[in-house]
Parts: sequence; C-alpha cells; structure tokens
Amino acid sequence: MDVILSNMSEQPIYEQIYTQIKNSIISGVLKEGDMLPSIRALAKDLRISVITTKRAYDELERDGYIYTVAGKGCYVAKKNMELIREEHLKKIEEYIRKIQHLAKACNLSHEDIIEMFSIIQEEE
Amino acid sequence: MNAIEINNLSKSYPGFELRDINLTLPTGAIMGLVGENGVGKSTTIKLIMNAISRDSGSVKVLGVDNLSGEFIAVKEDIGVVLDEAYFPEVLTPENVGKVMKNTYRNWDDECYYNFLNRFRLPEKKAFKDFSRGMKMKLAIAVAISHKPKLLILDEATSGLDPIVRDEILDIFNDFTRDETHSVLLSSHIVSDLEKICDYIAFIHNGKLLFCEEKDKLLEEYAIIKMSKDDFEKMPKEAVKGKKVSKYGVEVLVLKAAVSNTFSTEYTTLEDIILFLARGDMKQ
Repeated sequence: MDVILSNMSEQPIYEQIYTQIKNSIISGVLKEGDMLPSIRALAKDLRISVITTKRAYDELERDGYIYTVAGKGCYVAKKNMELIREEHLKKIEEYIRKIQHLAKACNLSHEDIIEMFSIIQEEE
Repeated sequence: MNAIEINNLSKSYPGFELRDINLTLPTGAIMGLVGENGVGKSTTIKLIMNAISRDSGSVKVLGVDNLSGEFIAVKEDIGVVLDEAYFPEVLTPENVGKVMKNTYRNWDDECYYNFLNRFRLPEKKAFKDFSRGMKMKLAIAVAISHKPKLLILDEATSGLDPIVRDEILDIFNDFTRDETHSVLLSSHIVSDLEKICDYIAFIHNGKLLFCEEKDKLLEEYAIIKMSKDDFEKMPKEAVKGKKVSKYGVEVLVLKAAVSNTFSTEYTTLEDIILFLARGDMKQ
C-alpha cells in the first residue's frame, strides 16, 4: 500500500490518509482481514503526528472500512458492497455537478448534454 | 498519564516575567516549545527540572510532583540536553561512557556505542576538540543511552547544519515509536518543529499564547492576500493577524469564519506564529 502525502494540498493530512487507505480497500490492494500498520508505526514512518493518524483511522472505522481488535491492531473490514456503491454514487453525483458547471459556462442546454451522453455511450 | 503537567506556573526576574503557564504534554507525544530569544523557554525547562525556584504553580513530571522527594528517582527517567553541552574538556566519549555507566542505573553501553558510531563520533578524541555539532550529538547520545522515558531538549538543533538537524529529528521521531516515550523540545527553528511535533506551545511576552495540536493549527489558520477594501469587509473575529503593504493586505484568518470565495495561500507554522506574535504586539 502506498500513502503519498502532500503538504501543499488543500486537503488536510488526515483526509489524505483516509482517502488513500479507503481507495486501497475499494480497489482491492488491501483485502479483507489484512492488518493495517499500527497508528504509531504509520505516523512515525510518514513522519506525521500520531494524533492525525489516529483521526484518519477513527474515521475509517466509523465509516466501516476497518475494525479494531483491542490490544492487537486494526484490520480491513469485510467489503460492504452497499457502502462501495454509495461511494460510487457520490462520485457520479460530484462529476455531474462538474459537468453542469462547465455546461453552464458554454451555454449548453439540458438536451445538449443528454445528446452528448447518448453519443458517447453508443461509441462504447 | 501525562509526561508533563504544568499548572499556573509563574516566575519573575527583574525585567522578565513568565506568567501563569499551563501546559500538558501527553505521554507518547512530541511537543515543541516556540518563542523568541529570551522569552522564557529555557526558564520553563529549568522550572520543569526544578533547577530554579518558582514563584508559584505546580509541575508534575512523569506523574510525580517535582517538589516531592520522589522526583530524584524520576530524574533517572529524564534525559536532558541543554543548548550548550558541558563535559569536562579532557574527557573522550569513551571516558564519558564510563562515567555515565557509574552514574545511571539503566545505562546501556551498547546503545551508547551505537550512537557514537551512527554519529561518527571519535571515541578517543578529547571533548575540547569537538565541533559544536559533535558536542551536541554527544550530549544527545548520553541523554538517550540512559534509557529515559522523557527527553527534554533546549535548543538542541540550533547552530547545526540542516543535515545533522534532520538526522537528530529522525532520532526523536524514532524515540517516540515507543508509546511510553515523550519529547519536549524548544527551538526557534520553527520548520524543525513543524517536521516532527504533535503539539506546539507558543510562549510570547511571558505568556503561553497557545498549546495546540500542530495539524489543527495548520488546518484552522490560513493566510489570504486581499485588497484593502476586501479587508474592511472581513468579519473582525476572523482576523488573527495582518501585514499591510502599499498594494494590499496579507491577513491571517480562521478558515472557519471566512467564506471560501477567498483563495488561501499555502501557510506554514512559521507564518502562523509570526502573524500571531505581530498581532499580539499591537494590542
């Protein structure tokens, strides 16, 4: 698993860790039952604060991606297909919003967009 | 348990005052103590070690009040490095090792020689012929080799070159891999502290301005550059510091209190501290 943090990013560090571990889980790089590095080890290896790492893990646990076994460590939870679908839906919505935004700037109508979408789908 | 707990600590000398310092370093964390020269960082550290008498307040180190008799035993678990390393001039690192072995109960010779090796310190060279960097490294090797739970360092990285500083920061980072280990280090090189600290405590004009999680500071504050007209419209509670030039204003703001139509600059800990210190001076 790679975790690449950027200090220049607008996204806070804990969110960057959260997103990257989540993506590793969704894409299958991390599999169900895999043990995650301990909070302290990850923090020290990434040279970031323990508090920040803990916050990322807490959010991953809250959202059901990982679970903690007291005294042992954190593990990847069973993939919840509902959860992943929800995640994808959210992303689609986000892209549609972007399309809307751009369409408005180019004066495209609702119909124009639907036509474009149909054409692209036919190509596939 | 907290590694260090300071409550309402005050100390004054003629022309110098440290008022009502409240500070907590949780076990397992690294805290950076920032402030200008002569602001009281070293005084705070001396007060923690009970090396000077206080006017009022209390200090607990590793769970023990530092005025109590038990504190002598606790000192075994504290490694202190001051801004100048003092060892007798004629002693070599080898001699120093022997002295320390008979001083500290938990002295670890292997660990000490590992550090001498890692720091490339000659075992048989007299202390007086050491460079400042080498002296500092020797002091740090000694401080860590008696297996402390708490490391306290006063300006341990100042006057050293960036490569050595980075090497030393790595050691502190590794030291706290053990969750029972904590570090308090004072420095005016804020970028060093930004690299490794979990908490930042900022002393200014004899007061503790804040003691906060580092990432929270970086998340909450931002610098925005704007025109003077825009600045007039800013909600006053959002502005924490400003720098006015002929052509515009640089403002340190609380992100949460500002609408996100402004684009924020990449803000470092150093920026935040500079702006806060300036803002405080004008009040």
